[in-house]
Amino acid sequence: MKYQSEFRDAKAMRRQVAAIHDLVTGPWTLMEICGGQTHAIMRYGLDRLLPSEVTLIHGPGCPVCVTPLETIDRALAIAARPEVIFCSFGDMARVPGSRKDLLTVKAEGADVRLVYSPLDALELAKRHPDREVVFLAVGFETTAPTTAMAVRQAAKLGLVNFSLVCAHVLVPPAMRALLSSRDHPIQGFLAAGHVCTVTGYAEYYPLAERFDVPIVVTGFEPLDILQGVYLCLRELESGRSAVVNQYSRAVREDGNQTARALIHGVFRPVDRKWRGMGTLPSSGLALNDGYAAFDAVQKFAMADLVTEESETCISGEILRGRKKPCDCPAFATACNPDHPLGATMVSNEGACSAYFRYRVPHQIEEA
Amino acid sequence: MAEHIAPGGFSCPVPQPPGDRVLLSHGGGGRHMQHLLKEVFFKHFDHPLLAERGDSAVFPSMTDGSLAMTTDSYVIKPLFFPGGDIGSLAVHGTVNDLAVCGARPRYLSAGFIIEEGFPMADLVRIVDSMRHAADEVGAAIVTGDTKVVDRGSGDGLFVNVTGIGEVVVDPAPAPSHIRPGDRVLLSGDLGRHGIAVMAVREGLSFDTELCSDSGPIWPTVEAMLREGIRPHCMRDLTRGGLGAALAELAETTGLDIELDEAGLPVCEAVEGACEVLGLDPMFIANEGRFVAFVAPDQVADALAVMAEAHGDAAVIGEVHEGAGRVRIVQATGLARMLLVPTGTQLPRIC
Repeated sequence: MKYQSEFRDAKAMRRQVAAIHDLVTGPWTLMEICGGQTHAIMRYGLDRLLPSEVTLIHGPGCPVCVTPLETIDRALAIAARPEVIFCSFGDMARVPGSRKDLLTVKAEGADVRLVYSPLDALELAKRHPDREVVFLAVGFETTAPTTAMAVRQAAKLGLVNFSLVCAHVLVPPAMRALLSSRDHPIQGFLAAGHVCTVTGYAEYYPLAERFDVPIVVTGFEPLDILQGVYLCLRELESGRSAVVNQYSRAVREDGNQTARALIHGVFRPVDRKWRGMGTLPSSGLALNDGYAAFDAVQKFAMADLVTEESETCISGEILRGRKKPCDCPAFATACNPDHPLGATMVSNEGACSAYFRYRVPHQIEEA
Repeated sequence: MAEHIAPGGFSCPVPQPPGDRVLLSHGGGGRHMQHLLKEVFFKHFDHPLLAERGDSAVFPSMTDGSLAMTTDSYVIKPLFFPGGDIGSLAVHGTVNDLAVCGARPRYLSAGFIIEEGFPMADLVRIVDSMRHAADEVGAAIVTGDTKVVDRGSGDGLFVNVTGIGEVVVDPAPAPSHIRPGDRVLLSGDLGRHGIAVMAVREGLSFDTELCSDSGPIWPTVEAMLREGIRPHCMRDLTRGGLGAALAELAETTGLDIELDEAGLPVCEAVEGACEVLGLDPMFIANEGRFVAFVAPDQVADALAVMAEAHGDAAVIGEVHEGAGRVRIVQATGLARMLLVPTGTQLPRIC
């Protein structure tokens, strides 16, 4: 495929790396927001190609990782009910709650279905009017529009057996929270390209200006990321802090207006708890009052189910960019993808999981 | 259902065709069952040993050398997929397990667990497809078993196939024969079966129809052996794909296997589907591909034979002294280690 071969081309990557080496003078610390970017950096070893002056730290952009334990526990409790068909993306299937995960609940007899879209869950609701169909809605602004579409259609069809555990979260408020915390190490951002295909990047102008950090909207292929790093360093080296769009083949300044309108028509921003980071202001999406009947947590009276996170895990520090996975004493010992202690190990795209896959110490080796 | 009742009220002794659907009585040991055996299994498998209707198939020893025996059970949704069905898959899977041990597939058994209500026409189609798959490698289905379970207690149809083969090369290829310096040859492109089945199951569509690679590898293995090639070890790639097979062999032998990532053949449709769903083609199921570990001086000949069967056959790696790991060398020259996923790969959306 053209986009893959072109954006994974080793020669082009080497040229970009050389340009970065020529450019860099100072020590710089950049944060890539998205878990997909973290994964690509680890998989292709991009951080090992960069000059030692450049440090990449890994942001909170993995929606699976940041979904709080209590949301998962609520979802599991709803899934276990006999009248429920519980639908989830595959991403969430193995993410453990306090004691179980969705696949375990399924093995115990729950009707759990892995779907590719909330619209698949809506279809199930149409086909099974005698059952309650519940969708676990996770993801950033990228997956929120299809959830919104499913809710709007359910309302239009008058479906009373469809509802959501709504765990959608928003990226810019998390960036603002990171930048507002004292002693944060972030000097530049690689913003999540896919989120920006929906949101555009106008929201980043005030952030870049207020906190004096360059923000480069960046794609996910290795060459995209190296270009993003280059553009971000170019801003830093010349003392600027502009918003730059590296991912112009997919992202427009005003994003996808239709998708944005869908989100705003169905959801409203609310304060939301992020796993490992606490409650961040206006960082989550909840159903508008007009669609409140589709809220599964209310429908099944789960709001009182509250769970606290493990205290031993340092994923909060990792998600804020203060620590790296290897700094954790539990990393790759007590905590691993089969037995994750916290947010960043639970999903493939979490920083700890990416380090485990590609950087467990005995695995580091030059060809 | 008893005998056919004619309009006049008298019973007709003429046997009816087995009916549209499999009934519990088809597994009950009575006349319905005899009817099913005769009209479906004996008719399509059509082998004198089966026609003997003994409790076992009795056949003469075929060799002074070694025999190989393997068994596998098959459960798949959907039962019919582009490029095959559960019947052909079951035969291919079992005869391929024999082939990688250097064994010519000879005799097969076929065990069926059928859910009550299963369409008879589908059963006939599947049985027929098993017969064709066996014929392709010169094997015969000579014994079998049928059980019918209550509706809701099965998932349509489960098939078990056991195979006996005649080992035609001494010593038989085995993991313990892998040596440092061996090259790793792959017989064709990766991931077609897993993605083709997933596409049908999940209603995904591609610009070009993607067919499973389900097929027999014995013709290629036999051609290699005929040319004097003596693979140290072979492994067919099924669940878990190339990644799981190589990781297991590296661990078993304690040797490192180094792969050249850029050299792994993956067709565009599989690559695209994997990108969209967040899957790694390295861990997607195949049903008609194998890897062969071959001494360096036999690589060119082995590749020539493999390439004749499938244009995408390639030398993908090399064995080194090491610590039982699979190292993947990327286009940038950096290497990473292969980590096998916990279970089945699940599509990622977020």
